[in-house]
Amino acid sequence: MTALSYNSLHHSSPQAADQIFVIVQHWIVGHAPVGLQPLLAILLSVVAIVGGFGLLFAITTILERKGLGRIQNRYGPNRVGFFGSLQPIADAIKSLTKEDIVPQTADKLVHLLAPILLVLAAFSVYAVLPVGRNMVLVNLDAGVLFFFAIGSVTEVAVFMAGWSSRNKYSLLGAMRAIAQMISYEVPLILSSLTVIMATGSLSTVSIVEKQAGYTGILPHWFIFTPWGFAGFVLFMIAATAESNRSPFDLPEGESEIIAGYYIEYSGFKFALFFLGEYLGMFAISGLAITLFLGGWNAPLPFLTWVPSYLWFFAKLLTLIVAFIWVRGTLPRLRMDQLMNFAWKFMLPMALLNLITAAVWHFMPAGPVRWLVSIVLVVVPYTVLGRNQMHKGHLEKRVYRFAE
Amino acid sequence: MSTSMEATTPAAHHGFADATMIDHESELLQISLGPHHPSTHGVFRMDVVLDGERVVKLKPVFGYLHRNHEKIAESTTYLASIPYTDRLDYMCSLSNNWAYAMSVEKLAGLQVPERAEYIRVIAAELTRLQNHASTIGFLMQEMGASGTPLMYAFREREKILDLFEALTGSRMMCNYMRFGGCRVDLPAGWLDQARKTVAEYPRFLDEFESLLASNEILLARTQGVGVLPPKLAIQGGVTGPILRASGVNYDIRKVDRYGIYERFDFKVPLGEHGDVYDRYMIRMLEMRESLKILDQALQQIAPGPIMDPKAKIRGFRPKAGEAYGRIESPKGELGFYLISDGTPNPYRYRVRPPSLINLTVLEDMCLGSSLADTVVIFGTIDIVLGEVDR
Repeated sequence: MTALSYNSLHHSSPQAADQIFVIVQHWIVGHAPVGLQPLLAILLSVVAIVGGFGLLFAITTILERKGLGRIQNRYGPNRVGFFGSLQPIADAIKSLTKEDIVPQTADKLVHLLAPILLVLAAFSVYAVLPVGRNMVLVNLDAGVLFFFAIGSVTEVAVFMAGWSSRNKYSLLGAMRAIAQMISYEVPLILSSLTVIMATGSLSTVSIVEKQAGYTGILPHWFIFTPWGFAGFVLFMIAATAESNRSPFDLPEGESEIIAGYYIEYSGFKFALFFLGEYLGMFAISGLAITLFLGGWNAPLPFLTWVPSYLWFFAKLLTLIVAFIWVRGTLPRLRMDQLMNFAWKFMLPMALLNLITAAVWHFMPAGPVRWLVSIVLVVVPYTVLGRNQMHKGHLEKRVYRFAE
Repeated sequence: MSTSMEATTPAAHHGFADATMIDHESELLQISLGPHHPSTHGVFRMDVVLDGERVVKLKPVFGYLHRNHEKIAESTTYLASIPYTDRLDYMCSLSNNWAYAMSVEKLAGLQVPERAEYIRVIAAELTRLQNHASTIGFLMQEMGASGTPLMYAFREREKILDLFEALTGSRMMCNYMRFGGCRVDLPAGWLDQARKTVAEYPRFLDEFESLLASNEILLARTQGVGVLPPKLAIQGGVTGPILRASGVNYDIRKVDRYGIYERFDFKVPLGEHGDVYDRYMIRMLEMRESLKILDQALQQIAPGPIMDPKAKIRGFRPKAGEAYGRIESPKGELGFYLISDGTPNPYRYRVRPPSLINLTVLEDMCLGSSLADTVVIFGTIDIVLGEVDR
């Protein structure tokens, strides 16, 4: 039996709506021969993940295009379906029917494998994401570790794409992508390490369970601690860089290297890259929710009757909207600035945040603990931030005028 | 460029002039940015040699849009060249009209009536507003700001293009000015619409500045990037906002006081560092100064004739001689040099295009910076290929 059905047997929930998917899965699996039951259970979960997040991908593309359109003082897609709501379907048909062009000098096998590997890796990490109560494919003891290990395969896929295309722009994009992703993986993992320290577990399910409960109306999410807040911000910045989103979209660098590593991809392979990027963004946002935002827990104690998976997806959509908003606002960083930021700001902050988390853990609860932790977060932030700004003498300038 | 001039540029000192060097250094990567590239403002190509992402050699290649403009102008009448001038810098057709009309007026000794002068100033300053707005918008686009500043800028540009359409019948190819005046008078209600547009414009500038002027990423991307020293700028013949961003006080509106510019109270903003940020901010400040001029011009304009009665549309034959008329176009000094031999066609017709001449310092500004900066530095030069290639 899979971990999923195992869990659900031991935590039977009184609410049918909350467990509807688990109950349906059990009902279907119960009709199969006993030997096939574990396989069928896994298969059903995989179908649910691929279908559910595939649908979310479609929703996000239209949300992003409409949202960016509104930010940019234009309409966005509004021709296909009601207010352009069927645009993703049109896009899917278009990318499926377009010619698949492979450059003559490309390494054809690697060129083909790269998008497939990217999507496979992007989907694999969902295995350990708890999207609702008892709704996780496998409750691995080292779930977070699994997530990062599989997540880093995307870098290989990106480099494969850039290298096999035999295009100078794509090579530049691939080099940028590798440098960026490896640099930002360090603060990403270090900032999530605080949560692992606090919970003493690498299992995503038990991390979410540790964040259950409320003090007054304030949930016990890790974001509501000084180290958790700093960790969340660091994690989200690194996640933006990991998923190649603006302002860290250098590997694509549309205005510089045109489309970076996937410049030579067309048709459905291009769509796969698109899908892979978005899935990566959802997955890493999902991990941020799991680690810092209480996973599928309700934000307020009197809202616990709402099914848990709805909370997870509500939080996920909130983070996606934040990603879109940032994309519509900020200019892009330069490669050296990106690296400086990763190694000279993010890394020290993440390391200091580990100390803050340790101080928080060992000090007795009370206002003194809050004060010490806040000082430990704010002082290094101010010092490092000022240091970054003053090194380049960055400031608004005053101009003189000639008559 | 003369040989002595070349020797003083940083590009010459780098010693990468020898193209064969690329073969020996296998680590260098030569790429061709353009002519099909999102950030080359048209069909422009930069042959870039990269060491990693650092530019070690950059060769601008242009001519993809060559239309034989000067030769065509020599084989047709003076009047027939006006629509061609629209297509030089197609963002600023009214400025081009003015520069050409001015040089023909010098050649033929025509006097422009006061109302026509006011209309010309209003048209030219509106042109400057929309040109600078879209330049800054495109610059932000090249910095990766994902379209938002560009669309904001274009929203304002639309309002000004609406004014142009009401005045001239065309949004971009205006074909409006004539020797000795303007083609038609202002339509009814145009001045009120223009006043409204001008009054609303500062709100856009404030919005734009609050969005970007103190953004850390923007500061980091622009300050200290692509520095153009004033000496090199003067040696390269650079004019316009780029020159003033390097701290050189040279604005033809102040130097020549052509037209009726001495009547208006405005200042010339000057940069200090000559980097991308200065070139961006100088354009922002110039837009505010243009608004001042527009405010005054829209107040002062009085009814009157719009054409010099001596001006002849048909059978126009200026007496033999030569003339050079120049204006401060949004991109720099735009000049037309004409030689007349007394026939209906000019004997020699020569354009001094600011876009082309400002482009000559591109390599010097870009050497040593990254590929991403190259695109941004190129964006601050603000070229239009119609004017570069002619």
